[in-house]
Amino acid sequence: MKVSQLSVFIENKSGRLADVTRTLANAGINVRALSIADTIDYGLLRLIVNDPARAKSELTNAGFTVALTEVLAIEVPDKPGGLAGIIDAFAECGLNIEYMYAFVGTSGENAIVIFRVEKVDEAMSSLQKKGVKVLSGEKLYAI
Amino acid sequence: MYYWNKDAECVDRGELDALRNYRLLKTVRHAYENVPAYKRKFDEIGLRPEHIRGIEDLPKLPFTNKTDFRDNYPFGMYAVPMDKVVRVHASSGTTGKAVVVGYTQGDIATWAEMIARTLGAGGTCKGDVVQNAYGYGLFTGGLGAHYGAERIGASVVPISGGNTKRQIQIMQDFGSTVLCCTPSYAELIGETAHEMGVDTSKLPLRAAFLGAEPWTEAMRRKIEELLNIDALDIYGLSEVMGPGVSYECMEKNGLHINEDHFIAEIVDPETGEPLPPGSKGELVFTSLTKEALPILRYRTHDITYIDDSPCPCGRTFHKMHRIMGRTDDMLIVRGVNVFPSQIESVLMEMEGTEPHYMIVVDRSEGEMDTMEVWVEVSPELVSDEVRTLENMERKIAGELHSLLGISLKVKLVEPKSIPRSEGKAKRVVDRRELYQ
Ligand SMILES: [Zn+2]
Repeated sequence: MKVSQLSVFIENKSGRLADVTRTLANAGINVRALSIADTIDYGLLRLIVNDPARAKSELTNAGFTVALTEVLAIEVPDKPGGLAGIIDAFAECGLNIEYMYAFVGTSGENAIVIFRVEKVDEAMSSLQKKGVKVLSGEKLYAI
Repeated sequence: MYYWNKDAECVDRGELDALRNYRLLKTVRHAYENVPAYKRKFDEIGLRPEHIRGIEDLPKLPFTNKTDFRDNYPFGMYAVPMDKVVRVHASSGTTGKAVVVGYTQGDIATWAEMIARTLGAGGTCKGDVVQNAYGYGLFTGGLGAHYGAERIGASVVPISGGNTKRQIQIMQDFGSTVLCCTPSYAELIGETAHEMGVDTSKLPLRAAFLGAEPWTEAMRRKIEELLNIDALDIYGLSEVMGPGVSYECMEKNGLHINEDHFIAEIVDPETGEPLPPGSKGELVFTSLTKEALPILRYRTHDITYIDDSPCPCGRTFHKMHRIMGRTDDMLIVRGVNVFPSQIESVLMEMEGTEPHYMIVVDRSEGEMDTMEVWVEVSPELVSDEVRTLENMERKIAGELHSLLGISLKVKLVEPKSIPRSEGKAKRVVDRRELYQ
């Protein structure tokens, strides 16, 4: 049910980000969502791709340091207050959101947002009890 | 336990001291009578060979420095005519003239004996295949290790340094059991083998004898793991003899000095005064058996201390701790003395960092010196959280600050982004030179 996110350590020097995207492009891997958390010297590039395992091995072979992290992909009603409702659900379940970012693409009528929380399994079941739609990895990669 | 020459290496200390006294007096006379540069040094301070009656008089002798070799370039320090010199080596002369050293037939035999003890301490014997990846040529590493391995009767593969993939191919094809090279090159060989998908646990390689540059316990652990071997430290320098002046036993806890051939002293690097046993300072060597190039109190600029506690291996030769720094790679940053070895010792204790680092010192015009320590992160450390990495930087910077007393910046860099070298690793980039 969970979604694998790639986290790539990249130094802030020109061309390094391009190296990542080119490596993925050459391997025919599709990037569906990304966000960058950075400092002055380096950044962590977070990626959702259609084939995380292969993407990890391609990037590792190209000399990058890559970690896989489990995150939640959640369907957010595409209407005013849609996201607010989801965030409320997190708060009601006592879940701390470490970071979040948008996914490119939609599932039916809904938008998709990626959430990073601490205990993914527990978070998933308590959110589901509240009626929040959590997407499986397989379904997400196929979008 | 392994020994090449147990009688010599486990000699009774009393007997050894008597032998050392006898050999010292002989060396002092030999140097005074046959090397004009030494005669001048003695005469200048009114010292006569007969004033030296034993090891306790050692501090009366003048020091020898690298400059003595340069001033007497190329053969002026030799104590024998050239028709007795069967080999000449030289150290690279990056600043000024090279140091040119010479060996008689007897010196070559002594040297081979010392390397045989070194390799023997790690279990090398007849039947071993020794892959010698030290550079051959004027550098003493290659031929030094070569003759010692031959003395043992091992099969030597004189491959020299470089061409790492071929090194691994040869290792597989020839079934090399012993590797000789610099520690950073051993690490590169190990990393390359893994990149090539070679299962090093299936290789017959058993031991490596690594020297010619300082290295750390962390590097030892890494090399041993990468290549599935025992990695032992070997020390020497061409002015004194070459590799094999001291060597580690399987205790891996300091290097036994070949004390029947050399006297080691520790002196204060600033004043030259001898320091009490166990103190950390500059290592100084006097040769006891060298014929072509006797050397009195040669200042190595290497920082270490001498450990005279008994070793479980049974060798009676005192040990020196692995080289802890150089008096000449000491950096002065905002008036504070900084040794790269201090930084290395902090990184060694940190989980999540690799032993690869570089110190970058800089000074913009009219500004204070800045020091950055670039540290490679280990793949295990990288997560999806910037916070984890920032905590690591803060932790390292904090430890270094409390150790050195100056603030500095720690910068995490990608694994393998600091250049590996086939020879000595470059740890310091001092950009301040640009403004001088
Ligand atoms: Zn020992």
